[in-house]
Amino acid sequence: MTTTPQPLLRVRDLAMSFPGRRARSAPVRAVDGVSFDVAAGETLGLVGESGCGKSTTGRMIVRLLEPTAGSVTYDGRDISHLSQRELKPLRKELQMVFQDPHSSLNPRQTVARIISDPLMVQGSSAADARKRTAELMELVGLIPEHIDRYPHEFSGGQAQRIGIARSLATGPRLVVADEPVSALDVSVQAQIVNLMGRLQQELGLAYLFIAHDLSVVKRVCDRVAVMYLGRIVEIGPKERVYAAPAHPYTRALLSAVPLPDPAAERARERITLLGDPPSPAAPPPGCSFHPRCPKAQAICRTEAPPLRVATPGETRQVACHFPEAA
Amino acid sequence: MTDTQPLLSVRDLTVTFPTKRGPVRAVDSLAFEVRPGRTLGIVGESGSGKSVTSLAVMGLHSGAEVGGSIVFDGQELVGLGERALNRLRGRRMAMIFQDPLSSLHPYYTVGEQIAEHHRVHFGSGRAVARRRAVDALAEVGIPEPERRAGEYPHQFSGGMRQRVMIAMALACEPDLLIADEPTTALDVTVQAQILELIARLQEERGLAVIMITHDLGVVARVAHEVLVMYGGRAAEQAAVDDLFARPSHPYTRGLLDSLPRLDDSDDEPLRAIPGSPPSLLTPSPGCAFAARCAVAAAGSDEERARCETERPPLDGPAGHPVACHFPAYEGIAS
Repeated sequence: MTTTPQPLLRVRDLAMSFPGRRARSAPVRAVDGVSFDVAAGETLGLVGESGCGKSTTGRMIVRLLEPTAGSVTYDGRDISHLSQRELKPLRKELQMVFQDPHSSLNPRQTVARIISDPLMVQGSSAADARKRTAELMELVGLIPEHIDRYPHEFSGGQAQRIGIARSLATGPRLVVADEPVSALDVSVQAQIVNLMGRLQQELGLAYLFIAHDLSVVKRVCDRVAVMYLGRIVEIGPKERVYAAPAHPYTRALLSAVPLPDPAAERARERITLLGDPPSPAAPPPGCSFHPRCPKAQAICRTEAPPLRVATPGETRQVACHFPEAA
Repeated sequence: MTDTQPLLSVRDLTVTFPTKRGPVRAVDSLAFEVRPGRTLGIVGESGSGKSVTSLAVMGLHSGAEVGGSIVFDGQELVGLGERALNRLRGRRMAMIFQDPLSSLHPYYTVGEQIAEHHRVHFGSGRAVARRRAVDALAEVGIPEPERRAGEYPHQFSGGMRQRVMIAMALACEPDLLIADEPTTALDVTVQAQILELIARLQEERGLAVIMITHDLGVVARVAHEVLVMYGGRAAEQAAVDDLFARPSHPYTRGLLDSLPRLDDSDDEPLRAIPGSPPSLLTPSPGCAFAARCAVAAAGSDEERARCETERPPLDGPAGHPVACHFPAYEGIAS
């Protein structure tokens, strides 16, 4: 965690338990004590496999969900338990971009309506909102003349641009982007990745970029947090985490990503994990990664390792009893 | 290496769907071969025709018009009757899909579904078929196969379900396995397991595999030969090392350039391909990629007009077949 005087976003011991499917079954701890900061203008990548709690974390930060424990502090103010009415002025600054552009846009509304809605909610006049919408369309690379078209008239990449324009309408400082490119065709992903980079530079946005694709996250983020079963197992500057992963899970995850280079693929040593990620309804005792971990020892089965600095002088933190030496 | 006879040989394959807005040609003049023990990777994006191609090979297009020739182990499949196809499908060629849950019947146990397969194709008795189902589950690395055979699909995780699909596909010991985005819905650590499993089974049995994917990383890992498709046609065909060392079609080059990768520096912005994949409803008379192509855009007016109006033939001055009027050769590249 960086210790900037006051980060834009401060998340501490955040947790979310969902009730179990049956009356007497144990609650599912989707997120179990997550802490990190995001500085203004910075991108934190949040990576992990399905069910690790990364999307739930994002949804708590924009308060689509109310956390069951812990706190979300935005710009110095604890927003974890604010009411919808108290949240309304903050919605301007905290926005979200979703994975599937088509299902997150109302098919019966025109682009004009979709993008200007947040503006009208915040009190703009109809004429101002329309003018601003045309500007936003231009900003994200859409043709402003298409303002009265419907979402189905746009391709997937263009629809995602609409989603991004909508999130930018009220001039946010933090955008939580949940898998913003994973539903797009490969040849279109780069357009959106570049667009998000350009917008960050021009508007000074901070991103929480949630994704399962480690190559995309490496491209966009300054720091990266790796989640496993509701917890952060490693967090630090991108250069360190990608070049010298310290947690065995991070190492396995990186080594599993196929490289578009046949010679490198043949030469590569892969760490293949056994089994699937366990269910968050019944997490293993101790370190929750131990059943799949190639280096697990006795202590790993009984004691959960805290997230701590493993290499003196580094900001990177690892939750492992036996981290890789850097 | 490639002196064995091809198991599957496809020539001039076209697949046309009748629609309200007129016929749509989803696959156009495609040709490829697959040999025993080898993997052909078919790469493409949405609408490229990659999945339609695989369904055509399996004879699974009701309503579509399939033209050209598909020869499997010496037998022509185009125009073959359902009964004859049924003897091949599942028995000598099998297919696995992206979403295993929707390909498995929710009401029957996994063991029953694999066993039924065996009984239909081999006429084996219940006990034998069940024994074979348990063996098949063990072979794809499912722990406690005896117990798991009695469970239902929803009781399996995504990765385990895909193993069940593979067990079912391979229970009758087919010669050809078509895998259509088999790992796209899976997590990356589970993807690695499934790709390793397919590679091991291929080695043990000399399976021919068609791996359909949008992921160039997966292709680099598993394929021997690669077919890059765009807008229903072949854009480029090459041995895997050749393709990655000398990508010659502007689309292939564009894809490789636009890919964020773990093994590069992040200093420069990605070189994105502008625009989106084309609609098959309004096909271009020329090259399907012309509207997005950097080479066409940089050409003279005449050159650009040629790309837009004249379909480039698939031929090989670049060393392997490329469908482009102005392919990039090694040395002349960008």
